[in-house]
Amino acid sequence: MKHAIKLAVLLATALPFAAQAHKAWLLPSSTVTTPDQWVTVDAAVSNDLFYFNHAPLRVDNLSITAPDGSTLQPENVATGKYRTTFDVHLAQNGTYRIANVNSGLFASYEENGQRKRWRGNAAKFATEVPAGAQNLEVSESNGRVETFVTAGKPTTESLKPTGVGLELAPLTHPNDLYAGEQTKFRMLLDGKPAPQLELEIIAGGQRYRDQQNEIKVKTDANGEFAVTWPAPGMYWLEASLQDDRTSLKQARQRRVSYSATLEVLPQ
Amino acid sequence: MRKIVLTMAAALSALAGTADTLAADLSIKVQIPTLQVAEYHRPYIAIWIENADQSIASNLAVWYQTDRRKEDGTQWLKDLRQWWRRGGRAQTMPIDGVTGATRPVGEHTLTLNSASKQLAGLRAGSYNLVVEAVREVGGRELLRVPFEWPGLQAQHSSVQGTSELGTITVDVKP
Repeated sequence: MKHAIKLAVLLATALPFAAQAHKAWLLPSSTVTTPDQWVTVDAAVSNDLFYFNHAPLRVDNLSITAPDGSTLQPENVATGKYRTTFDVHLAQNGTYRIANVNSGLFASYEENGQRKRWRGNAAKFATEVPAGAQNLEVSESNGRVETFVTAGKPTTESLKPTGVGLELAPLTHPNDLYAGEQTKFRMLLDGKPAPQLELEIIAGGQRYRDQQNEIKVKTDANGEFAVTWPAPGMYWLEASLQDDRTSLKQARQRRVSYSATLEVLPQ
Repeated sequence: MRKIVLTMAAALSALAGTADTLAADLSIKVQIPTLQVAEYHRPYIAIWIENADQSIASNLAVWYQTDRRKEDGTQWLKDLRQWWRRGGRAQTMPIDGVTGATRPVGEHTLTLNSASKQLAGLRAGSYNLVVEAVREVGGRELLRVPFEWPGLQAQHSSVQGTSELGTITVDVKP
């Protein structure tokens, strides 16, 4: 019986991640522009890249970092059946980091024989989850979905790591990728190099080919990896891991995921 | 030994002499071809001197839509994508003595010499003359013509474009 409950709890806590069987992505209308332009971004969750044919991506936790490091608000946000769209005004010269970061805690417990579920953050946990909760199971997640856009010359101020979850540290600038050339990135976990991390890279346009043609790479001891782009186009890069570095002692496990949409330009 | 040192000193001063008094003429001819298309817009064209590592040694010309009565023409400069990548994106438009309005079909000549602002800082060596053209609702073409600057004798070389550009001719006279 106890096992059955545990299984149910596991399933329940796993549910928030069920959507991650699909791919979440942000697709900007341009990644390279001249100064003072606009970009519009499609945000969706789908199986095939980059077609909005399944569900819109909720962008409640959008974080747009301008070249000077300040935070920008998206404009004209609209959510439809299959996609969310929003505009970003590139008023400054340089690189913008457009990210949707979902992080939170998920709890499942029993109170007076009733099964309860809760989601929130570490600060709310103490007040919202009763101290005497029975069969308490808590898990944590941190997921970042992002893309990069540059007006004029590429800059790196907006690319500084936040130090939370999985992030990409550019050794090659993410808006300076070209077909046939090698790109080097470093993956960070909580701001520190993430060694031996497996990543998957998939090119867009999947509807018009038979195979996924995913590129699998693994970070080295310094958290670095290299990829040579086979062709120009939009690519989706993904990595995920589970660890026990949670923000709350009751949470035993944390799931961390990262995905980025990168444009590779022709020579 | 003394003789060798003297010879070396002479050679060095001769070299220094070339760098200082480097006098040569550079003449470039760029053909914009007639195209039988339903909707024609004059191409955006960038002409520059490229170092061996593909960085820009000197911008010679950038022709784009500069008519103030029309939409801001600078927004499509990124479509000159090699020029944009190699340095166009770091520029503030317009660039004095370099940028200008788009040109019509025909042959356009750029005549420069070692005293010209664009060539004043150019060291002796091997370069490519690069011409990149991109046309609204049209295509893109990039051509490279290698040359020596200033070289020991007169050079004449040309390449033939196939879509957006005609013949590109480079003449160097030391």
